[in-house]
Amino acid sequence: MGITAAAARDEFQEELVIRPLHSGDIYASFQFRTLWDTDFLQEGQKVSHYRLFPKSLGQVLSKFSVRELHISFTQGFWRTMQWGQPFIPSPPGAELWVWFHDTVSDVDGNWKELTNVLSGIFCASLNFIDLTNTVQPSASFKPLGLGNATDHRFLRYATLPREIVCTENLTPWKKLLPCGSKAGLAVLLKSEKLFHSSFHSQAVHIRPVCQHKNGLDFAKILDAPSFCIHLCINCYLHLFTEWSLFKMFSRTLTEACPLATSSKVYVDITDNPEGELFELSPATPLLSQAVVLGDRRTYSVFDLTRAETFGQLRSLNLLLRWKGDGGEMLRPLLHAERYVAGFGLQTGEIHTVIYNNHPYRAFPVLLMDSVPWYLQLYIHTLTVTSKSRDNKPSYIHYQPAKDRHRPHLLEMLIQLPPHSMTEVTVQFERALLKWTEYTPDPNHGFYVGSSVVSALVPSMVAMSTNFTQDQPLFSSFVPVKEESSYFVRVYTEPLLVNLPTPDFSMPYNVICLTCTVVAVGYGSFYNLLTRTFQVDEPSLPLAKRLANLIRRIRGVPLLT
Amino acid sequence: MPEKQRGRYAALAIAAVVIVVGIPLWWKTTETYRAWLPFSEISELDSLQLQLSVDIEVVFSRGTLTPEQQKKFPLSHVNEKEHQVDAKTGLRYKYETRYRTATIMEEDALNQPTAAEADLSLHMLSESSCGSVVVYVIPESSTLLPEVRFRAFVYFYILKSLLKLIMLIPAVYFQDVKVYVGQRRTALLRSPPFKTSWNLKEVLSNLDVEVEQVVSTMSFGHQDIVAALSNRVRMTKVTKESMADSMRAIKSSPGYEITFSLLNPDPKSHSLHWDIEGAVQSYIQPLLNKLAPIANFSVDSQILYYAVLGVNPRFDNSVSAYTLSADSLSHVINPVEARLGSNAASSNPVLNFLLYVPDAHHSPLFIRDHSKREVPSNAFHSPRWGGIMVYNVNEMYGPEAERPVDININMAKVMGVFLAQLRLMLGVQHTHPPTGFVLQSPGSAGLADWELDRLLWSRSVENIATASTTITSLAQLLDQIGNIVINDNIAQQVSSAVTSLQSAVAELEAGNLAFALQYSREAILASERAFFDPSLLHLLYFPDDQKFAIYIPLFLPMCVPIVLSLLKIVSEAKKRRADKQAKSD
Repeated sequence: MGITAAAARDEFQEELVIRPLHSGDIYASFQFRTLWDTDFLQEGQKVSHYRLFPKSLGQVLSKFSVRELHISFTQGFWRTMQWGQPFIPSPPGAELWVWFHDTVSDVDGNWKELTNVLSGIFCASLNFIDLTNTVQPSASFKPLGLGNATDHRFLRYATLPREIVCTENLTPWKKLLPCGSKAGLAVLLKSEKLFHSSFHSQAVHIRPVCQHKNGLDFAKILDAPSFCIHLCINCYLHLFTEWSLFKMFSRTLTEACPLATSSKVYVDITDNPEGELFELSPATPLLSQAVVLGDRRTYSVFDLTRAETFGQLRSLNLLLRWKGDGGEMLRPLLHAERYVAGFGLQTGEIHTVIYNNHPYRAFPVLLMDSVPWYLQLYIHTLTVTSKSRDNKPSYIHYQPAKDRHRPHLLEMLIQLPPHSMTEVTVQFERALLKWTEYTPDPNHGFYVGSSVVSALVPSMVAMSTNFTQDQPLFSSFVPVKEESSYFVRVYTEPLLVNLPTPDFSMPYNVICLTCTVVAVGYGSFYNLLTRTFQVDEPSLPLAKRLANLIRRIRGVPLLT
Repeated sequence: MPEKQRGRYAALAIAAVVIVVGIPLWWKTTETYRAWLPFSEISELDSLQLQLSVDIEVVFSRGTLTPEQQKKFPLSHVNEKEHQVDAKTGLRYKYETRYRTATIMEEDALNQPTAAEADLSLHMLSESSCGSVVVYVIPESSTLLPEVRFRAFVYFYILKSLLKLIMLIPAVYFQDVKVYVGQRRTALLRSPPFKTSWNLKEVLSNLDVEVEQVVSTMSFGHQDIVAALSNRVRMTKVTKESMADSMRAIKSSPGYEITFSLLNPDPKSHSLHWDIEGAVQSYIQPLLNKLAPIANFSVDSQILYYAVLGVNPRFDNSVSAYTLSADSLSHVINPVEARLGSNAASSNPVLNFLLYVPDAHHSPLFIRDHSKREVPSNAFHSPRWGGIMVYNVNEMYGPEAERPVDININMAKVMGVFLAQLRLMLGVQHTHPPTGFVLQSPGSAGLADWELDRLLWSRSVENIATASTTITSLAQLLDQIGNIVINDNIAQQVSSAVTSLQSAVAELEAGNLAFALQYSREAILASERAFFDPSLLHLLYFPDDQKFAIYIPLFLPMCVPIVLSLLKIVSEAKKRRADKQAKSD
């Protein structure tokens, strides 16, 4: 294999998107992507020589025959109603879902080992993922990369809603980048600033992307894992009337990562076409339009590979000064929330509410719920109502839990009527755990992972009836097919459920009490068996005994 | 008094029930599960008597012996040596020497112009088994040997014992050649002058010393074996050299990960390309293929950008270059190691080989040894960890070259150094050969057959020593702490380790080196698996005092009446007997 061939087979791109949100927050999304043209499942020949792709992940992929791997660590909850849709959604805590190759025979064993290894790589408690919180969704998590594997026996999905994300997770994550935090966009990732934000999420997505060799040879499709590590943070800077890269990250950009083929910063200026909302400096002549999440957005582009981007100061410090109020945000079309209802420590009810804010289009959503076994769902109480009418799901996949072995999995395909609120309720009973099964601090409650709503949402662009925009008439006559709908995944809040917790000194008390009871019973039993009963001679009355005492002193014969 | 008698019987019956039913029941229900372990066999292994048997064949070529002396051939002779290493470990070496004259084909082979060719053609004639040694005695006048002398053998070795870092410097030996050791399991020995009047016995005893030297070079020396026993035996009688060898070599393990890392601290000015795949295929893989019986190896490589050494090199005006002194080398590794990353997918020991290309502002960079001389290979290694080589590229481009400069790394140069370091790490010992010996360089295979044998001998002994220590200490631990649960799988691992160990010892005794290593590897695997089994760590036990504190509310009220009434019965019986005696008196 020639040197040049090997060199050309992987490339690295980095990107930062900054979106000023209507709430006054700033949403910064870093994306680092490594494309590598290689086949991890080549027979006989192991992939073992790494250039830009991190070795630790590559070894994991080839050892455990992983086809796709998605892992995210999130601190905070993404408020869809205030902030709109994130580019890559993730639930609070840790989420991991993996598609294995169909050659794997012991998927559960591989999964167990994989989680252990990943917890070592990311310094996270992923080793707490076991069969009791792992599910195999049948429809909600399809492979994102190309490939026709849809047999969900090779899929594993697990969340750890209680996982706390901090510096020790960020450091190993940064190590996966070829430039580390030494050059390029990653210099901005200083943990002391990042973890002051109100939402922080870091993720790694690995998926195969088909590539056609030579452009003509369609039959030859190579497995190319695109490795994309993603970090979104949402800095809460509402109090400032202006923000800059330096204020947000305490760093400015001075260079692109020399290994990156492209290194760009995008700033979303869609809502600010005439500069009435905020002022961005330095100004850039480069503009880019893209349809993101069904909406046509305009971005100012700063290309870090060009020297003129940095100006005379040789550093790029984006500055944005707010002029007016944030204004009204278009409500996201799909939105979901969840809560626990009920009282007492015996039963309860999970309510999941899904909103369709589209004025006239109905669309189906896939709802996936994974509930731990200690909440025993009564599936017969499952009701789905929209607009106070019963809404029968067209597809239900329910896998009941097995105590201490697997959680409940509930997947439903629900049609959401336009401009409606759909409520899914199911009742449950709380189980009593064995005393060693309680987590430390059990009175805090037990977390139930977010439910996942996946949907193809009609595009805003398609729905737009706003003809004031400068557009040729013919372009909006028939909506363009690929823009007509887009895929969205919405995570609800995780639930915190109180379980009946015993007094943990109880075992000792029980032992002592039982022993005492047994001992008392035994004692009287023993007495009954072994004592001999004799007729007691009646004793003298008290007066006579006193008299005898005096008589004894006086030396007079005693009374009888 | 029947009533009193009945009470007494009742008390006795209850005491009997408590003792016969209650206590065994309590014992049985609170017992921890302990599977049966072969303790007696383990204690046998505790005192280890190893016997190593070597087959030696001494072949006399034409012109070395008089016909009179040849008459008694073939002849064989067994020589045994015993060493007591310590109170519990003994070694016995059994050399089984067979003497014969060369066949016609062998004579032809020995008539080749050079020793290397002779070695090859002898190998074609017959392949000797693993662990055996064939010594050809050639006449004093033979032209085979002197020519070899001029292919000066390059040999690396200088120990910096203080730093535990070893510099590689070449040294060239010129001596009168007595013995030539080939790439396989044969050696050519120039016959010492025999007197024609000697009988065969005198000739052979004259030859014995030389043959013994050859054997200790080609199979094992006593020091190497004792060093391999270091897990069992306190090192006292070992020479500094074999001690250093064994300390440098990475511990015996069923597998190794070899990682080559290219450190590029300055990707803005250097764009480095290395054909690591090709280099591994052509330089490292042949050696690893040869070593396959010893362990599984996996090789990978990575490129690390912005990785810097932990020390700032000093600029030396006299040579206008940056230098790293030998004293500072020990600080180089730590900061780099954080970037290397551990192997996520296996728990085998990792050997790291780093190629460091200094950044444009700090080059050229040279490593200097303790005597302030530049190390020609510009590399050093750290025992049991790996090696680092500094590769200067500043001469490959001019000052006005467009950055980043594309640089292709000369892998032959790099791999030469890494291969030498790898051989050191793996314990392919490069001890000083006795004077007058010429060792043929191992060639493209990277390892001569006899070097492999040496390694097999010491690794088998090391594995046996390690596995027996592990098993005995595990047995000791389990014996001491009675509360540890011993599951069936652990018992099975322990017994399989014990049987493998016994077979390994037996195979060593029989001289089947390959099988001995195989069994010793199985033994070490099983013993480690048993020793590190997580089920042994289950905290299923409480301290005895706490356990009894919990039992007291039950035991005290139950036992006190029983004990008291038993005492009463005994004292009454005594009294009655005394009364009877008084009556009879």
